[in-house]
Amino acid sequence: MSTIVSLPDQSTATLPKRTYINNEYGLKSWLLTGDHKRIAILYLISITFFFFIGGAMAGLIRLELLTPQTDLVAADTYNKLFTMHGIIMIFLFLVPSVPATIGNFLIPIMVGAKDLAFPKINLLSWYLYIVGGGLVLAALICGGVDTGWTFTTPLSTHYLNTHVITAGMAIFVAGFSSIFTGLNFIVTIHRMRAPGMTWFRLPLFVWSHYAASILMVLGTPVLAITLVLVILERTIGIGVFDPTKGGDPLLFQHLFWFYSHPAVYIMILPGMGVISEVISTFSRKRVFGYTAVAFSSVAIAVFGFFVWAHHMFIMGVSNYSALVFSLLTMLVAVPSAIKIFNWAATLYKGSITFETPMLYAFGFMGLFTIGGLTGVFLGSLGMDIHLTETYFVVAHFHFVMVGGMLMAFLAGVHFWWPKMTGRMYPEGLSKLAAGTTFIGFILTFFPQFIVGYLGMPRRYAAYPPEFQVLNVLSTAGASVLGIGYLLPILYLTWSLKYGKIAGNNPWQATGLEWQIQSPPLTENFVETPVVDYEAYDYEWLANKTKHEVQTVG
Amino acid sequence: MSEPTHHAHKIVSPRVYLAIWASLLFFTALTVAVSYLELGVFNAIAAIGIAVIKSTLVVLFFMHVRYSSKLTKLTVFSGIFLFLVLITMTLTDYISRAWGMW
Amino acid sequence: MDSQAIATLPEHDQPAHEHPEYVRHHFANAEQQRETANFGMWLFLLTEIMFFSGMFAAYLIYRNWYYPAFVAGSHYMIIWAGTLNTAVLICSSFTMAMGVYSAEMRNRKALLRWLTLTLLLGFVFLGIKAYEWHAEWVEQHVPGLNFSIEDFTHINPQYPDDRPLSPDMAEKTQVYFSLYFAMTGMHALHMCIGCGILIILLFQAWGGAYTNGHMNTIENFGLYWHFVDIVWIFLFPLLYLISRHQ
Ligand SMILES: [Cu+2]
Repeated sequence: MSTIVSLPDQSTATLPKRTYINNEYGLKSWLLTGDHKRIAILYLISITFFFFIGGAMAGLIRLELLTPQTDLVAADTYNKLFTMHGIIMIFLFLVPSVPATIGNFLIPIMVGAKDLAFPKINLLSWYLYIVGGGLVLAALICGGVDTGWTFTTPLSTHYLNTHVITAGMAIFVAGFSSIFTGLNFIVTIHRMRAPGMTWFRLPLFVWSHYAASILMVLGTPVLAITLVLVILERTIGIGVFDPTKGGDPLLFQHLFWFYSHPAVYIMILPGMGVISEVISTFSRKRVFGYTAVAFSSVAIAVFGFFVWAHHMFIMGVSNYSALVFSLLTMLVAVPSAIKIFNWAATLYKGSITFETPMLYAFGFMGLFTIGGLTGVFLGSLGMDIHLTETYFVVAHFHFVMVGGMLMAFLAGVHFWWPKMTGRMYPEGLSKLAAGTTFIGFILTFFPQFIVGYLGMPRRYAAYPPEFQVLNVLSTAGASVLGIGYLLPILYLTWSLKYGKIAGNNPWQATGLEWQIQSPPLTENFVETPVVDYEAYDYEWLANKTKHEVQTVG
Repeated sequence: MSEPTHHAHKIVSPRVYLAIWASLLFFTALTVAVSYLELGVFNAIAAIGIAVIKSTLVVLFFMHVRYSSKLTKLTVFSGIFLFLVLITMTLTDYISRAWGMW
Repeated sequence: MDSQAIATLPEHDQPAHEHPEYVRHHFANAEQQRETANFGMWLFLLTEIMFFSGMFAAYLIYRNWYYPAFVAGSHYMIIWAGTLNTAVLICSSFTMAMGVYSAEMRNRKALLRWLTLTLLLGFVFLGIKAYEWHAEWVEQHVPGLNFSIEDFTHINPQYPDDRPLSPDMAEKTQVYFSLYFAMTGMHALHMCIGCGILIILLFQAWGGAYTNGHMNTIENFGLYWHFVDIVWIFLFPLLYLISRHQ
């Protein structure tokens, strides 16, 4: 059963007089702010900056792979390019993408609080992010790093003469930025909920952020100490991972992947939260199996800590251990599948409309499913030995992270853009961008599955000529994809001044954030809200706003 | 505001602190003494066992967990749990590496 | 805001709470602020547990791999220094707990006294630790910088029953000492940070802070200090005692 609610007329909407944007003026009022919404905007600007740096590197990588020879860049420059691309995209874009921007903006509002629990720590975490980003840029300008984003020992400790220490410190610092964000979210969700906002009235966006925050708080410190040990090994030569002194390089990988496997859930879970909101809003239906979806987020977080060695099957872990980790990896597929099935069931008999966020959400569902299923291939022992370290892994990872997470990020940015800025994005252009992104994405990464299955290894600047056709396709796709990402930047900036005024609730969505003005006040709520309705209750909304309501099915 | 945490904040009396302090010092002396005896595997067990007892005392009384909310107890527990996950799951590799190759 | 949007709770309906100056605007009352700060601190300690756990895992694995090297290495620890340091830290935990108690009792003088004692004990700990590190440097037991396997291929005069290690196993004592320096170094770093914060707290307490009923900071710092103590409670048996008898 779903309800049809007619969307409000936007021509009559006006911008509110006092908002978090015009509350104070001047650079200082932004750089020293404690307001979670302003910090979210700071994050949005800075992660976009790093996204385009990382994206430029991806462009160069694809350009080099246009031909089988190393003609654009030398082989070791190529190594630096993919390493910096990985480091920037993972630690400076994907990890903070949705949580630090959209999550930061919305979680306090969604739970009915005036701010995050620790506003100063929130600001500190942005500054740590900037310091981390600055160190990455410093490493880049001084000549780059070529360890791969995984910093595998003893390569990173003994055999390379690049800026491993700077990059390691950068990730250490950026890691603490993410720890503090996660800590802030957990405390806020536990302690700052408005009266009546019970755990099972929370939007699923909050649940998924809660799960991701657990991973940030518990996983990141292990990465931090691992990097400290690598740095100590490079600088003074202690012997924890050094085989000549008796250390075990594989222990590095155990500790590294103990964080870095859960890290993929840090990256994807917030995106899943966005998708739950978008799908429900544009199907006008409560998310099917709310509790199942909520607990599947927590289940992903918990199971995520038991599977890390599937990254190490061919690295020399014991066969018995590989068996255990392979079986456990299959477990993680279950909660992810629960989510996909429940979203599909939400769509069923919903009154679906195809606004831009919904287009991105559809993109997410399709691409994430492919990415997730190929993950099951890679998690099964025999298959992994054939496919690991080939382009199949690259394609799998990019389907989940770019096809999944980036689509979710763009869905979220479009969905909440009216709330963040008070203005609508241009409808036609944004649909064009969504389509372009989808086509460009498929064209870029689908050939990589094939070329990887045929045996093209990852991380090489040159390849046998018979793989060229597929690589040309991939590079062509990357240029389309690049246009797909440039478009939103342009029209979203344009819309800041010329976009239609959105009004409080342009989508007729039910979350607390849609019941306040857009853009919100600095203190979010005029008075402490009391929540007396369930999440995604469209009938409650229809009754309240007296819009025409029709019940279907 | 949202969770029923309004149990009155308990103030622990200095006498409890003194007792804990004395027992911690006692256990320190005990663990040093035991380490000089030849007990085979029990040396390790005794050393770690006593350390666990000592840290439990610190957590429960000095850090007030005994008087704290369930949430705090859960937090402590989850830290210990994940620490054990890290160790046991890593050990699945290390103990079985020499079990013969396929 | 659409007034019908959500039922709102008028301010005067809220139960009367004292709303002192130190309660920040986004908290309803002092109690909520205190609970929140406390929970945040515990989550931070959770990250600290995981921070140290990587090294504890490494210790466990390598100890099983290189058992003789770990025994030989631990026989060069200065047992009296380790024991004394454990006692010092336990005392400092006690004085810290008493400091929190004095803040609760709003007794400025007692608070200053206990915090000063805690700080002094922290310095004593670091001093003794520095003495030990110096001794290890002199004995050439610092991997990477100043290390020689000399001591381990010969009989340790303090443990005449020990069999000297083969040169191959003697190399592995570097793993023991690497972990020793990494673990005690990280722990000492936490002690230094603790002492630094303690100095600031002392100045603030001197000015009358923390004895006016608002003592979240002192309480949370106490949690941190006790946590650092707990890390040492485990490091001491693992590094000094566990192989003492052999
Ligand atoms: Cu993984």
